[in-house]
Amino acid sequence: MRGASGFAVAVAVLLAGVVVAFAVGRFPIGPADLLTALHAAVTGTPSGLPPAVETVLWQIRGPRVLAAVLVGAALAVAGTAFQGLFRNPLVSPDILGASSGAALGAVVGILFSLSVVGIQALAFAGGLVAVAAVYAIGSALRGGDTILVLVLTGVVVGALLGAGVGLVKYLADPYNQLPAMTFWLLGSLSGTAPDDLVPLLGPVLAGTLVLLALRWRMNAMSLPEEEARALGVPTGPLRAAVVAAATLVTAASVSAAGIIGWVGLVVPHLARFLVGPGFPRLLPTAAVLGGGYLLVIDTLARTAAPVEIPLGILTAVVGTPFFIALLRTARKGWS
Amino acid sequence: MILECSDLVVGYGTRVVGRDLDVALAEGEVLALLGPNGGGKTTLLKTLLGLVPPLGGEVRLAGRPLGALGIRERATLVAYVPQVHAGTFAFTVAEMVLMGRTARSGPFEAPSARDHQVAAAMLERLGIAHLADRPYTLVSGGERQLALIARALAQEPRIVVLDEPTASLDFGNQGRVMREIRSLAAAGLGVIFSTHDPNHALRHADRAMLIRNGTSIASGPVRAVLSRQNLETLYRCEIIGIGTDDDVAFLPA
Repeated sequence: MRGASGFAVAVAVLLAGVVVAFAVGRFPIGPADLLTALHAAVTGTPSGLPPAVETVLWQIRGPRVLAAVLVGAALAVAGTAFQGLFRNPLVSPDILGASSGAALGAVVGILFSLSVVGIQALAFAGGLVAVAAVYAIGSALRGGDTILVLVLTGVVVGALLGAGVGLVKYLADPYNQLPAMTFWLLGSLSGTAPDDLVPLLGPVLAGTLVLLALRWRMNAMSLPEEEARALGVPTGPLRAAVVAAATLVTAASVSAAGIIGWVGLVVPHLARFLVGPGFPRLLPTAAVLGGGYLLVIDTLARTAAPVEIPLGILTAVVGTPFFIALLRTARKGWS
Repeated sequence: MILECSDLVVGYGTRVVGRDLDVALAEGEVLALLGPNGGGKTTLLKTLLGLVPPLGGEVRLAGRPLGALGIRERATLVAYVPQVHAGTFAFTVAEMVLMGRTARSGPFEAPSARDHQVAAAMLERLGIAHLADRPYTLVSGGERQLALIARALAQEPRIVVLDEPTASLDFGNQGRVMREIRSLAAAGLGVIFSTHDPNHALRHADRAMLIRNGTSIASGPVRAVLSRQNLETLYRCEIIGIGTDDDVAFLPA
């Protein structure tokens, strides 16, 4: 079956990504050392590895790898859910303003010189508030195509938030704050510490579990609205649940890693290419593949050049040609 | 009567599209809706499906008011076959038909073994089992329509509502789909379909309802309702009848 082997491909990509991520960089940790350390951690025995290796593994590389996998999985799952919900394969997780809201929250946090935790909290809140506002406005505008109104509201509000980000950058101190804002807006996982994983893990797991639980309903949700309702799907409440869950994971990942485009757009297509469009298989495959994809990108980001390359730039550079190739070969996957 | 309503007012919000509509459908009976575009056929169908609330009057399904049914319960009583569409995602035909079982399980449940059985049986019944693993987006229009009918049957409903089931189909597939519609009624289902072809209604429906400007101008047994005169009133154009009175076909002049 194409489906089962497709999921295996995604798992293989993720595992290979993990091995490579540890094996390259300034302090390479080979697969053997990695297994030794993991085995020691599971059994609770001393690993016998040099302390420096242990520190890099558990304090620096490990958290960063886990963060990349979580953020990638989150963006891919949210993108998959939104593409189904909006019946449009060109939709990405920030279609309803999650990223622009988070961006405004983050730059305001930087403007007021908040701590890293404060900036992340503000970004998270900004993403949630932006989508809630879009949803409220979109639902209040009765008449016409609900989905279309919602998407257009997202675009309009996103543009307004973008203007807000521009204003804050304009007001910022150009020597300290502006570079920090620019860096944040381009996305990065450098300096991820073990403590950073907690605010990421909780929302990503919660939102992903909700979406996975609804995976069978999401098939019918991707049909035209009236068809879905005639099949017995209460589209209104389910749409709200899917938007809430997808926004939760998006806002959490954006607040942890900044704005990383393309993952939520490209990975769902790759996953559909592997296992087809049925959500029961597609969602888990997209999650695993998204984790592996962003991990590979992040490994490139920290090793390809003497300085860290912002993730948002790499995902665009890798994503664009990739997406064009995908359009050529896999168009029948969704058209 | 499996479905009935009288003095139904249909429309969207404050906009009334049709009024004084009476529909009665028995099990095993096929009702055809005819009328010019924009006359209110589709709105009436959507109201009977519970997708649009009636602005006046009440629809009763199996003796119970439609508005009092939950969305899942409703889907087990009445199924909808929309006009053939391309679809956004390339679900397989089998996946598409399995979606007809949605109302039979809870929001977090996977389809049961029985759901898979019913879906497979409906593919078989419509003669498209060989297409099960093909993408719905890549089969022909006629095959898509059959898949949508199979999906509706997988709901195991008592009424099937089809919106212009032969629109955009080639000549051969039109016949195939109309024969399937007749066989649904033979199996005891109540069937309502809208069409632009009075000849389909004449040959495959038991009763017909002619809707113009939101009101019914004639309703009853097809032979009585589908006369040349009535059709000329309905479409405001000259109609030619071909053949004998017992076996007539109509053409627009």
